Amino acid sequence: MSKILIVAQHSGGKLNAGTAKALACAQKIGGDIEIAVFATDGSSVAAEAAKLGGVKTVVQVDNPANDHGLAAVLAPQIAELAKSRGASHVLAAGSTFGKDLLPRVAALLGVPQVSDIMLVHAPNKFDRPTYAGNAVVTVETSASPVVATVRQASFQAAAAGGSAAIEKVSTSAKLPTHTRFVSIEAQKSERPDLQSAGRVVSGGRAFGSSDNFKLLYALADKLGAGVGASRAAVDSGYVPNDMQVGQTGKIIAPELYVAIGISGAIQHLAGIKDARTIVAINKDAEAPIFEVADIGLVGDLFQILPELTQKL
Amino acid sequence: MKALVSVKRVVDFNVRIQVKPDGSGVVTDGVKHAMNPFDEIAMEEAVRLKEKGKITEIIAVTIGGAKCEETLRTALAFGADRAVHVKEEGEVQPLTAARALAAVVKKESPLLVLLGKQAIDDDNGQTGQMLAALLDCAQATFASKVEVDGNKAKVTREIDAGLETLEIDLPAVVTTDLRLNEPRYLKLPDIMKAKKKPIEPVSLADLGVEVAPAVKHLKTTNPPVRGKGVVVKTVDELVAALKQKGLIS
Ligand SMILES: Cc1cc2nc3c(=O)[nH]c(=O)nc-3n(C[C@H](O)[C@H](O)[C@H](O)COP(=O)(O)OP(=O)(O)OC[C@H]3O[C@@H](n4cnc5c(N)ncnc54)[C@H](O)[C@@H]3O)c2cc1C
Ligand SMILES: Nc1ncnc2c1ncn2[C@@H]1O[C@H](COP(=O)(O)O)[C@@H](O)[C@H]1O
Repeated sequence: MSKILIVAQHSGGKLNAGTAKALACAQKIGGDIEIAVFATDGSSVAAEAAKLGGVKTVVQVDNPANDHGLAAVLAPQIAELAKSRGASHVLAAGSTFGKDLLPRVAALLGVPQVSDIMLVHAPNKFDRPTYAGNAVVTVETSASPVVATVRQASFQAAAAGGSAAIEKVSTSAKLPTHTRFVSIEAQKSERPDLQSAGRVVSGGRAFGSSDNFKLLYALADKLGAGVGASRAAVDSGYVPNDMQVGQTGKIIAPELYVAIGISGAIQHLAGIKDARTIVAINKDAEAPIFEVADIGLVGDLFQILPELTQKL
Repeated sequence: MKALVSVKRVVDFNVRIQVKPDGSGVVTDGVKHAMNPFDEIAMEEAVRLKEKGKITEIIAVTIGGAKCEETLRTALAFGADRAVHVKEEGEVQPLTAARALAAVVKKESPLLVLLGKQAIDDDNGQTGQMLAALLDCAQATFASKVEVDGNKAKVTREIDAGLETLEIDLPAVVTTDLRLNEPRYLKLPDIMKAKKKPIEPVSLADLGVEVAPAVKHLKTTNPPVRGKGVVVKTVDELVAALKQKGLIS
């Protein structure tokens, strides 16, 4: 039977939403599920993780070195834990945290890594996206443990309703000091988080300035939506990098996605393939975004946007 | 002080790829290939570091078949001084690539190893982190700013929450994100000069590297297609369509 170790992601003493999605993937694999929390003091996160459904044990590894979740510091501890707990699988959300960390863990364990599980066929057989999501590959691995990241847009967060035991554990792995946290510049926003929002509105190069993005924020606030952007809008400095949606940005799966002044390059589309309904507003009727849009409106965003915001 | 840059040959980012009808992969024959865009960014960063005097030599490395030589020539045109071609005609997965790069790193002792954050064909995003693990050195992935200062570097990383800055001891592995820099256009004289720069061929065996356990690809399929949409003419029609779908009340 499988024994799955999930690495929790957390910040500010709270569990990140991606962890419950990795848990949903683990439940599809089936078996005993443990969640590992690495922190200076992981008590509050461990308590939260213990309440998720279907978790057998929460393993709490407290160490001041675990502050900031540095991959080089966590990886040797996870590799050690994978062995001592007899893990058949080591999973984490396919966030920048998980993507930074798990390949390092896999290499320490001498096994390949599977990136972005989108579907579980069997405990060692999965679907994953390649070529910006334009080709889906069914992969099989005979490595043990199976080390994999979970594509967050492909799984609904596992429900709460558990009461797992919390076990405090210390590891003997030698921790490196070659990597030091300096600072984080996090965008504070009152708007829903891009990756869990039910509705997302996104803007592209067409906005022309960060000031014009106010038109988009007004629409977002009317809809209670999260706000995303194309690479061109981020590169041009209209919005911060954490808003980029796409192959190399965030992959999202909202009920409603509204793309405004975005052409629909394959790299952008890679991030929105799982949106339930896509609405496109673009002045060019030939823009590729219309090939994937469920509802399209051809026209100038500077006229359409204020009118739309007002009529909602 | 050397910088080592790994460069991979991939299907050009502009190509609309096609899945082979027999599910054995995607069509790559007769399709335009190019250097992985993130590796162009890595090359550009190395060249800028050399221009600033932070490093003195740039070595480009690729692991792959004969056709990958063109990618090394591109790297040499960017400004690499020489190249190492690890010849392997079979599929090269990240752990094998990382092992090969680790072997080259041990020979060359670079101050900095630069890789792309992901290769846009397989979208794995693993090799740099695996390499750092094998070398037991620092890693700074998804870099949007790199400042080298002696045997330390400050790297700003693009993470989900925003921007994180790390200080790392060198030698270290850095993987590039899109906003690290804008790669230069290659000029004809540089492309000509690149033809004369040395490429050293080696095999995995020469490096003492065994092909790592691999993930098996059973079949490749098309993603589900989205149904045909409607085009509306006015904002009122758009609002009505959204209401009809129950997306707004
Ligand atoms: C390796 C790599 C990775 C990448 N990763 C990503 C990624 O993760 N995410 C991403 O988004 N891109 C990514 N890109 C970039 C991608 O290829 C496109 O360049 C980018 O998505 C274009 O952004 P855009 O649609 O805003 O700009 P453009 O392509 O310039 O499109 C602007 C659109 O706005 C329309 N428009 C102009 N004025 C108006 C107006 N007044 N009203 C209405 N419409 C108007 C135009 O008709 C046009 O369709 C990547 C590229 C590479 C090479
Ligand atoms: N076969 C290869 N040859 C050279 N570099 C590679 C190879 N495979 C991966 N890389 C490097 O590792 C980065 C990440 O690749 P990947 O882990 O495959 O997504 C790429 O941007 C390259 O810099």
